[in-house]
Amino acid sequence: LNEEYSPEYGPRWSDQRVERMLGVLVCAVVGLLLAMIVTVFVRAWPSFSHNGLAWFGPGGSVDDQLNAIFLSGQAGAEYVYTFHAWPLIWSTILITGGAILIALFSALFVAVFIVEFAPEWMSNILQPVVRFLASVPSVIYGLIGVVVLVPFIGNHLISEGQKDSVAGVISLTGYSLLAAIVVLTVMIAPLMVSIFSDGLRSVKPGWVEGSLALGVNRWRTTWKIVVRTARPAIVAGTVLATARAIGEAVMLAMISGSVGFAPNPADGLIFIYEPSRPLAPTIVKNIDQLSSPPANATLFAIATVLLFSATLFSLTGWLARRSMRKYGSA
Amino acid sequence: MGSSVTTPPAAPPPAPAPSSPPPAKDAAEGSATWRPVDRIGLAICWALGLLFCAIAVAVVVYLLIQGITYLKPSMLVTPAAAGFSQDESGGFSDAMAGTLIVAVMGISIALPTGVATAVWLVEYGRPIALARIAESTIEAIAGIPSIVLALFGTVIFSSTALGFLSRSSEGVVFGRSFFAASAMLSLVALPLIVASTREGLNSIPRHVREASYAVGKTKAATTRRILLPASRPQVATGAMLGLGRIIGDTAIIVVLLGATQNFAPVEGASFPLNYLRGAGTTLTNFVYEASPTGNLNQPEKAYAAAFVLLLMVLALNAAVDVIHRRARKVGTWSS
Repeated sequence: LNEEYSPEYGPRWSDQRVERMLGVLVCAVVGLLLAMIVTVFVRAWPSFSHNGLAWFGPGGSVDDQLNAIFLSGQAGAEYVYTFHAWPLIWSTILITGGAILIALFSALFVAVFIVEFAPEWMSNILQPVVRFLASVPSVIYGLIGVVVLVPFIGNHLISEGQKDSVAGVISLTGYSLLAAIVVLTVMIAPLMVSIFSDGLRSVKPGWVEGSLALGVNRWRTTWKIVVRTARPAIVAGTVLATARAIGEAVMLAMISGSVGFAPNPADGLIFIYEPSRPLAPTIVKNIDQLSSPPANATLFAIATVLLFSATLFSLTGWLARRSMRKYGSA
Repeated sequence: MGSSVTTPPAAPPPAPAPSSPPPAKDAAEGSATWRPVDRIGLAICWALGLLFCAIAVAVVVYLLIQGITYLKPSMLVTPAAAGFSQDESGGFSDAMAGTLIVAVMGISIALPTGVATAVWLVEYGRPIALARIAESTIEAIAGIPSIVLALFGTVIFSSTALGFLSRSSEGVVFGRSFFAASAMLSLVALPLIVASTREGLNSIPRHVREASYAVGKTKAATTRRILLPASRPQVATGAMLGLGRIIGDTAIIVVLLGATQNFAPVEGASFPLNYLRGAGTTLTNFVYEASPTGNLNQPEKAYAAAFVLLLMVLALNAAVDVIHRRARKVGTWSS
């Protein structure tokens, strides 16, 4: 195939040239990420520098603060940056944490089921199902949450007495922590299942056979040998799913209730029926305010927190998955 | 690869259950001799597995019923319009066209970049330090929330240097356009394409490369003529997964394409460019805005649009399945 060679100059796509071109492209991708981190942080700096560590603390109503920040961006006024994001952060922790806990439990069982125990026909059904659930757009989950789950919670699970008991503070309509956690679990569990089952599959069969030969039954072997050996994959899957959950914006904007309110577990079980708003949906809901400089800085400050935590989680997951290569035959 | 007792990673067609011989693992051991705790555990496995299936079926069936009830063919060809009732407000043809535009533009940026990055990582990858950095960069990009990508997009595409990619008036760049949204969406698809292509390249054994070098091919020619064609199924899988993420993303669209439900072409530009530089909408954005919490609040339209979106996702899933099956029929290098 002569087209790769020009008669006088040898290979037209010489290795050095191709390597350099690809290297430049890769450097550009790396540079883009660095530029993104720097840009987002620089934009966010005014908000952080005005508030200091109090940015992360509680104090006052977040929604009032966001409103004041936005209005101060109008011509003539002095910029206001006072912002205490604790209710948003707390809501993120509650929703993400709740969803991760439930998803970890169920994804582990389902992955073990798919890899070890399901009859062939069942795992042939389950694998496409898991892939399908992972690929449904978040806005569809959000829509179903809004039209099915939220009214169900509002009309059937929350009693009138409970609604009256907090009527002075907040109204319980079904847009709640519970709805957000349930839908988020359905979104992230499939992701965890696929990473978990990859990990479980790569455990050396010899180890399993050794345990079986000692008379340990298949169930115990799976949990004591396979799951323990695949621990890095389980850490990786959990951490990657956490990164995804923290960044989920649109679905949570639809069903979390969109109130800057910090549900308090000390109030008893009623707190799972209370609305709140995590960090990422706050950006979506206030995106019209980007034109106001102080609001712009505040939204970028929220984005910085998301960016750093999500990057931290996904790099941890990547490291955990790399350590997996030491075991296993894969 | 996997142990002898595991199921194959890709999904073959559902086997006829009763007639096929029982798999080896069932023949090896039933749960009858287990202690009660273990059997409860197995029951939990079954329950959760069935729950997953039930959720998937519920999502599909619910949207199917709502979609068939509310989707009218006219919605697919009429753009959204202002109106007081759901009968007057038109359809979502602009949103469908927008989804297609964004998908094509996004993937045509992400696919070459992703494949090139994967080729560099697997075939070249020197200096090692840069390879490690590049690898972790891709992982980091995979973890970045799309809303953060969207905010970053508002910064770059509102700069005056890139004003030609969107609407601008009196020096103020609007920053919302199909160009802006597609560029940021391509970053969402990039990690999936890189991961999948790397997997394909890594699965090709060394001797194939050595055979090619031995007949005098350069590394670049080997990559282009042997390695990339051989890993075509994985590249295609990555592209399909990336496409799924692109058409399913909402945050970037809401921020970078605009809250309008129609095309907003820029005046004074030639045909394709005036639309691509203007704001627009996609199906995800339409569902978001038309849902009961959105600005339009037309749930019937939202069901119909969500149904169309789900069909697209199902089609992509089916395409991935077909690719897997075909690749397995051809066989792998190691076998």
